[in-house]
Amino acid sequence: MTRTTKLISRRKLLATASAGAVLAASPFRINLAQAQEATIKVGFPVPLTGPYGTEAQDQVRAAEVAIAEFNEGGGLNGRKAELLVRDDKLNPGEAATRTLELIEKEKVSFIVGSLSAAVQLAVNNVTKERGIIFNSISQSDTINEVADFSKYTFHEALNPHMTAGAVGRYAFPKFGKKVAFLTADYAYGHEMVRGFQEAGKAFGVETLVDIRHPLGTTDFSTLLPRIQALKPDILCISNFGRDQQIALKQATDFGMKKSMKIVAPIVLYTGRVAAGAQAFEGVIGGTSYYWGIEDKIASAKAFNDRFRKLHGGKVPSDYGALGYGGVKTLLMGAKAAGSLDPDKVIAAVEALKYDYYKGPQYYRKCDHQSVQSVLIIESKVTPQKGDADVFNVIETEAPNETNLRTCQALGHKA
Amino acid sequence: MAGLSFDLIALQLFTGLALGAIYVLFAIGLSLIFGMLTVVNFAHGAFYMVGAYVGLFLLSMGSNFWLCIVAVPLIVGSVGMMVERFLVRPLYGRGVDYPLLLTFGLSYIMVELVRIAFGTSGYPFETPELLQGAVDIGVGYFPLYRLFVIGAAVVVLLGLWLFLERTSFGLIIRAGARDPQIVRVLGVDVSRVWLVVFGIGTAIAGLAGLLAAPLQGVIPEMGATILAEAFVVTVVGGMGSIGGAVIAGLLVGVVVSMTSLFAPEMAKVSIFALMAIVLLIRPQGFFGRAGLMS
Repeated sequence: MTRTTKLISRRKLLATASAGAVLAASPFRINLAQAQEATIKVGFPVPLTGPYGTEAQDQVRAAEVAIAEFNEGGGLNGRKAELLVRDDKLNPGEAATRTLELIEKEKVSFIVGSLSAAVQLAVNNVTKERGIIFNSISQSDTINEVADFSKYTFHEALNPHMTAGAVGRYAFPKFGKKVAFLTADYAYGHEMVRGFQEAGKAFGVETLVDIRHPLGTTDFSTLLPRIQALKPDILCISNFGRDQQIALKQATDFGMKKSMKIVAPIVLYTGRVAAGAQAFEGVIGGTSYYWGIEDKIASAKAFNDRFRKLHGGKVPSDYGALGYGGVKTLLMGAKAAGSLDPDKVIAAVEALKYDYYKGPQYYRKCDHQSVQSVLIIESKVTPQKGDADVFNVIETEAPNETNLRTCQALGHKA
Repeated sequence: MAGLSFDLIALQLFTGLALGAIYVLFAIGLSLIFGMLTVVNFAHGAFYMVGAYVGLFLLSMGSNFWLCIVAVPLIVGSVGMMVERFLVRPLYGRGVDYPLLLTFGLSYIMVELVRIAFGTSGYPFETPELLQGAVDIGVGYFPLYRLFVIGAAVVVLLGLWLFLERTSFGLIIRAGARDPQIVRVLGVDVSRVWLVVFGIGTAIAGLAGLLAAPLQGVIPEMGATILAEAFVVTVVGGMGSIGGAVIAGLLVGVVVSMTSLFAPEMAKVSIFALMAIVLLIRPQGFFGRAGLMS
């Protein structure tokens, strides 16, 4: 009796052991293990509602492309990434709260997003304090300056100094030196004007007037007669979104394009689509990205194709593309570092020489500003290749650190 | 200040009057409805926005701008009459706050419906070909389309005045506004009168929205900003006074324009500063009757 019991128990032992071995080798167990090693969470606070909603939704679409690519490429040693989108309502307070929630509750590894100078600075304050890497995809000059910058801060977007500077360097030699400004009265507008004026020094540009209007102005007619009376060569319209669309429309109505050239530091793809060809006819502006460069740049073609495939044939907008670049650079940095440790990722991102969607780019070490090309675009009167064919790229200013403010001017030591 | 010439000041003044014409066009509907029905119509901005979208829709269906000028007020006016018949009417006799809250909520619903139907991003609205470009008005160039808007405002005002002063229906409306009970005793169906007044008020709002569309494009929120400015105009002119709305509308336009010339960043604030000054000196506005709100 005792022998048999022993035998059975030995068999039992063998069976259990082999079952364990099978289980150990099965895909089921691998899934279990992976579930324990959670996804890499990327927090994405953007103004889904409010005046920049269209841009923000496009940023989300493009960020999804970056996430999908990362996951298809095997992730970080098998760890997949996940995008956590939050609506910051274009409000600095709301954005700070959402960012804090993403960090504390969701335990995100990175924050990418925001679309307004004030909002991104609020987000940056939170990420700076908590030691979370933040890649901003909205324009700002101050985010690179010592007071706001931290080693956790990256800036994938252009900044007003670069954008306005590039447009100025293109326009001043061609159209004249007497310049009038029509400016939205907040940080963005002021920084753009400063960018134009700095670039204008080299050409002896004279500022005739800088008219400041409140945000959300719906009628510019009362501001235009004075500009006309001063007879400038160039009118710089330094405002954004709907303000810009209305200002251009009304300047067209007043016949101002006949006597002066109208330029804008940023001309948006979505703004041009929403306001129509009439208002934007002949207007020259700057942008970080336009889908039409795919004819010349391979990475743009690849990005557009992926975007079209994922989003029913749509093309990405300029600010949308920044959502892609912002997420992609951090994920590729993490991959290169082989870790999510902030210091290792920062070092890896600083070392990146990347060409993900618009030609070569890299982050300058002192202020983490993405050094990149600026496109000078002109609105097309009649689209030839469908409704999305709205701009001609008339010049590309190559990536060049001399077009940035120096590290010393920003207050950095290096 | 450099470059300040007579021509510039004259042109600036004219620009202000043209801007004022747009305010007037928007505010008279508001004033008409308040003066006759004592309804503070917070949905007026939404009707204005709907006018622009109806125009946009008709154009996309192959209509032209001139046809829209006739069709939009009729369509928006009909919607307004339905709103009066089924939503506002049950609230008569309950004081100003009931219809005020109703129309406030209604405006949110209308804006949301338009967002669902047309999206949030807005549409371009081209200036009709015949009215493109600018003409020399003696002191400088001025957009032809804005001259047309001034003309349209004058036509609407003239039509409204003739209707109220020279037709028997207009007489009934004025009498109904003064003393609805007596008019009812005389055998007039006052509720029908109010239906028509509300319809006319909203029709003018719709027309104003259509006329504003080529100036600034079309978005669901376009009624919100102008509503605040229009209330300033009606308060300055005197709540419910159409004549007051005309004078105050033009005055607000000129004040904005002249402030823009000297301190552009103060232009928006100047509207409210004007209101504060007028209210301090004359609390009921230029032509307002005291106690209309109580």
